[in-house]
Amino acid sequence: MATVNPPMEAAQSDAPSRTGVWTWLTTTDHKKIGLLYGGSAIVFFVVGGIEALLIRVQLATPNGEFLSADAYNQMFTMHATTMVFLVVMPAAAAFTNYFLPLLIGARDVAFPRLNAFSYWVFLFGGLFLTSSFFLGGAPDGGWFGYAPLSSQLNEVVRMDYWALGLQIVGLASLLASVNFITTMFTMRAPGMTLMRMPVFAWMALVVNFLLLFSLPIITVGLIQVFLDRNLGTLFFDAANGGDPILWQHLFWLFGHPEVYILILPAMGIVSEVLPTFSRKPLFGRSFVIFSGIAIGFMGFGVWAHHMFTAGLGPVAEAAFALTTMFIAVPTGVKIFNWLGTVWGGSVRLATPMLFSLGFIAMFVIGGLSGVTHSVAPADWQQHDTYYVVAHFHYVLFGGAVLGLMAGMYYWWPKITGKLLDERLGKIHFWLILAGFNLTFAPMHILGLNGMPRRTYRYPEGLGFEFWNFLATLGSFLIAVSMLVLFWNMFRTWRRGEVAGPDPWDGRTLEWTISSPPPEHNFDRIPVVEHEDDFWYRKYSTADDGTSVAIDPPPDMEVEPEANIHLPSPSFYPVLTGSGMFVTLMGLVYVPWGLVAVGVGALITMWGLFGWSMEPITREDH
Amino acid sequence: MTTETLTPQDHGAPDMDNMRKIAMWAFLGSECLFFGSLITTFLVYRTRVGDGPSASDVFDIPFTSVSSFILLMSSLTMVLAHYSSVRKDWRQMRVWLLATALLGMVFLAGQVFEFTEFVDHGLTVTTSPFGSSFFVLTGFHGAHVAIGVLMLVATAFMSYSGRLSDGEGMNVEIIGLYWHFVDIVWIVIFTVVYLLQV
Amino acid sequence: MSDSPHVYPTPRDYWLIALILAVITGAEVSVTYVSALDSVVAPLLIVMSAAKFVIVVGYFMHLKYEKKLYRNLFLIGVIAAPLLFGTVLFTFGVLIGS
Repeated sequence: MATVNPPMEAAQSDAPSRTGVWTWLTTTDHKKIGLLYGGSAIVFFVVGGIEALLIRVQLATPNGEFLSADAYNQMFTMHATTMVFLVVMPAAAAFTNYFLPLLIGARDVAFPRLNAFSYWVFLFGGLFLTSSFFLGGAPDGGWFGYAPLSSQLNEVVRMDYWALGLQIVGLASLLASVNFITTMFTMRAPGMTLMRMPVFAWMALVVNFLLLFSLPIITVGLIQVFLDRNLGTLFFDAANGGDPILWQHLFWLFGHPEVYILILPAMGIVSEVLPTFSRKPLFGRSFVIFSGIAIGFMGFGVWAHHMFTAGLGPVAEAAFALTTMFIAVPTGVKIFNWLGTVWGGSVRLATPMLFSLGFIAMFVIGGLSGVTHSVAPADWQQHDTYYVVAHFHYVLFGGAVLGLMAGMYYWWPKITGKLLDERLGKIHFWLILAGFNLTFAPMHILGLNGMPRRTYRYPEGLGFEFWNFLATLGSFLIAVSMLVLFWNMFRTWRRGEVAGPDPWDGRTLEWTISSPPPEHNFDRIPVVEHEDDFWYRKYSTADDGTSVAIDPPPDMEVEPEANIHLPSPSFYPVLTGSGMFVTLMGLVYVPWGLVAVGVGALITMWGLFGWSMEPITREDH
Repeated sequence: MTTETLTPQDHGAPDMDNMRKIAMWAFLGSECLFFGSLITTFLVYRTRVGDGPSASDVFDIPFTSVSSFILLMSSLTMVLAHYSSVRKDWRQMRVWLLATALLGMVFLAGQVFEFTEFVDHGLTVTTSPFGSSFFVLTGFHGAHVAIGVLMLVATAFMSYSGRLSDGEGMNVEIIGLYWHFVDIVWIVIFTVVYLLQV
Repeated sequence: MSDSPHVYPTPRDYWLIALILAVITGAEVSVTYVSALDSVVAPLLIVMSAAKFVIVVGYFMHLKYEKKLYRNLFLIGVIAAPLLFGTVLFTFGVLIGS
């Protein structure tokens, strides 16, 4: 490293504690863990994206020869599994980890070592799932793993990877949810009442409640699938009295709250971005919060709309059709609140704002096509067609992913201290918006014309050719747009414009501290007097309702507190996680893998024992 | 599990008890859904016995009543251990912790005995959906008891090193909450799975 | 939030509570042997085990004396489980005690 150019050298000497693998392996700093989540999510996004492109190449022409039926099954299963569990959830976890403590004025989460443990368990789970490609083939029974497809024992071990991988990723999320819930209830800065919490924090709270109460259900289902495969239990064996419909209930009791687990963080981000770039408070703020809570509750009451074709009977179907229609109401409330926020504001169309507006537009389309599914007879027609694929990509890609990208552009300067290039950001936005619509809008038509999901080829002459070709073109446009983003990130990481503490004229506490934030976050824990507290330290409201900058601007420099306790780094979380990884690997290859199970269990016990004996606080900072 | 500066008024001395209790209660709320799923599976399959024995063929209610009673009484010894720990009477606390662990182990031994009896009567996890769901439900409950026993024994021994008095290490009250929860799950299982099915 | 920690019951109370729990358990087992009660045995058993549940949670886990937040966290699970799984059982045509 002797020949590095001067700026790089300077950057490194500025932050010696940021380098070194050991530092990252043992970190308990919520910001570093957030970065680890974010980095992992980006890597898995590339993996899942490549899987999607392979699918689209196969479907570009009729009678595609590019993938075999077997490879295609693996691709669509792993594309969905990766994008849901290894991209959107960890990306949301990245923002929650990094920004939740900053937004509520805390120095870390309630249980920092547990937080590190959650990350490592997630990462090992993701590696476990992905490694299946090289160890006999990836899961091929769909991300929903419907029994008996998932529970029948074949020669191969593919769905074992799926059942165990989801189990372990779920464990990571469950532990994280306990951690974040405790954090939000105990570590808010003085004056930060629950209703003064930023909306992103609120949505994170709802998400973590959803995780807390939905994950145990899928845990049981996955255990049953695993035992059916490996111990010969009969949970889903219809020939011997088992009932595959029970699996559908257990899966969707988790799976539908999961949908809101994926979208609510994006809604939270958008609720932060829109006020900042409209220079207005969020319109009907408490309505947005209560709608989020209502979505959380109602999200548990609609699961059977995924099962309209399973034969639940008219009473259940009518009831679930109604609850599904009702859940559109709190979602609609939010849309109008966001529009009301932008209305009449001094709007700056910076990249985060563009992504937020894109989110609203795409999410409305996806939400409306979702409501059409709630009509049970119509759903029978649409079930298992590309219409459904179009719908959930509009809410998950057009919704969740665009929202998360808004968050990335919005908070990037806080994380790195550098602004992303606006010109490249706008190119990225318009490319991804065009590519996204080109890919998924045709799928509405394909689906209504009867093209089924999850089939690896289609014959000529059914009118599917043109729209499929368009969709494939669009998917490559999305890929190109992502290259623009990566180039932007790479370039500005080192040479971007320096952001300063408050590049967007922000409203919340994270903008009161330097970019990137110091390790202890706040020199002095802030005392909060208002929702959007930082804004009201900078601006007073004139009689006509406009904001007037307070002169002179507030001085953010404060005398640092004398004794700041930060959690010590710990090796035990990653050790315990790696023990669990070895255990999982062994479980796939029962019975001889039981040796690995034993070894893994010993490592796990060693980790847990060391963990419970380890002193907690490092020397005063 | 960690210490943090909470508020300017509160330097380096956060209310760890409060945090741990919130975390534990949240986790127990989550566990309700876990056992709810297992019990639901059992209720769906309770009569699907195939060619194997049914509930009334194998269940031995007097025996299970005794082991249920033992687990119930372990909640008494647990709460007495907690009471002693609040009064910092460590010797007394260890006695009650180990008594609780012992009762837990007696319960587990009863469960092992019961399982072998059922297997002798021809009911295994592979006999019928009834068998699968019964063994997996009670087995996961048993695993919870076993983890509780481990934590109780570990806590009793850790108390010799004086770690508990510093408020570090595992916390008797938290383990108590877990233990009582495992007990109330059995209260439900005993009624729903045993008494209502014979 | 009502904060009144550390007014827990005494060991005497705990022994008394355990006695009550033991008596209810005895009653539970007994009613299953009384054929005259066959038609009401299910509701009886459910009420009695619910009583045991509440007593253990309220006194042994001293939730009765704790912050409302703890109670609410637990209550979500306790309420959600029967609601959700009751619906599932309904669609299977299985309801508890039927």
